[in-house]
Amino acid sequence: MKKFGFVTIGLLVALAIAIFASPFASSFPDGLEWVAEQTGFLHLSEGYAAWTKSPVPDYEMPGVGNPAAATALAGLIGTLAVFIVGFGLAKLMKSGKSGGSAA
Amino acid sequence: MHIPDGFVSTELSVAAFAISGLAAAVSLKKAGKDLGEKQVPLLGVTAAFVFAAQMMNFPVLGGTSGHFMGAVLASVLLGPLNAFIVMLLVLSIQCFGFADGGLTALGLNVFNMGFIGGVIGYCIFRGILAVSGKSKTGYAFAVGAASWLSIVLVSSVCAFEIALSGTAPLKVVLPAMAGVHALIGFGEAVITVSVVSLVAGVRPDMLHTRIAEAQA
Repeated sequence: MKKFGFVTIGLLVALAIAIFASPFASSFPDGLEWVAEQTGFLHLSEGYAAWTKSPVPDYEMPGVGNPAAATALAGLIGTLAVFIVGFGLAKLMKSGKSGGSAA
Repeated sequence: MHIPDGFVSTELSVAAFAISGLAAAVSLKKAGKDLGEKQVPLLGVTAAFVFAAQMMNFPVLGGTSGHFMGAVLASVLLGPLNAFIVMLLVLSIQCFGFADGGLTALGLNVFNMGFIGGVIGYCIFRGILAVSGKSKTGYAFAVGAASWLSIVLVSSVCAFEIALSGTAPLKVVLPAMAGVHALIGFGEAVITVSVVSLVAGVRPDMLHTRIAEAQA
C-alpha cells in the first residue's frame, strides 16, 4: 500500500498544481514568443494553425464563463488524461519487456 | 519553448518528424527495460506532473515568462528513453488537446524537448555526476546544473532551427533565446532539485539514477 501511496500523492500534487495554481500563471509571453516579438517574426505564427480541432484551445475549457474555472478545468482534464495514457503506455511497454531488470 | 506553426521551414519540420518518429519507435521498444515494476505508475505521475507544471508560467523579467520543462526531471527519475516518452506524450497531448505548440512543429518540439532535453540532458547529468557525485550535495548539484543547461541548450537548438529556416538571423535570435532562457533555467533547476530531493528522501528506490550508484 505504501508504494501506492507515493503514486497517489504524486498525482494529487500534479492535480493541485493544475487546478489551483495554473489560473495564477503569468500571462506574459514566454521566452520564445518574447524573442519572436522583439525580433519581429511573431506574426508568422498568427492566424494560421495546422490543427484546429483541439477540444480545449489555450487551456481554457470552452463554455465555462469564469476564466479561472475554465483554466482549472482544462488543467484537471489534461493532467488526468496524461496520467492515464502514461500509466497505460508504461504498462504496455513493461509487459512487452517482462524480463527487464529493475531500474 | 513550444514552437508554433509558421516559425520553421517545411524541410526542417519533415526532417524532424522523421528523426523524432524513429526515436519514438526505438524508445517505445526499448524503454520498458529501464522501467522497474514500481516505476510503471511513476511514468504516469511524472508525465502528469510535467503537464501540470508546464501550465504554470512564472514571470521572468521585463514582461517575459517561462515555465518548467521537466525533461531532466523525467530522465533522472525514469532514465533517458522513458524521459523521451514522457515528453513525447505531454507534447502530443498539448498539441492535439490544447493547441499548444504547432502540429507542423510537433516533430521539432519532440526532438528539442524529448531528445535534446531528455536524452542529451541525461548524458549531461551523468557527466556532471561522474565528477560531483560523491554525496547528496554532489548529486543535487548535478541535477540542478543539468536542468539549467538543458534549458539553455534546448533554447539554443530552437534558435538554430529558427535561423536555419530563414525566419531570423542566428546572431540575433541565438543570444536572445539563450539569454532569456539562462534566467528561466534557474526556475527549472530549483523545481527539478526540489522534486528529486523529495523523491530521494521518501522513495530513493524510485530513482533511475540512485545516489548510492554514484557513490559506488
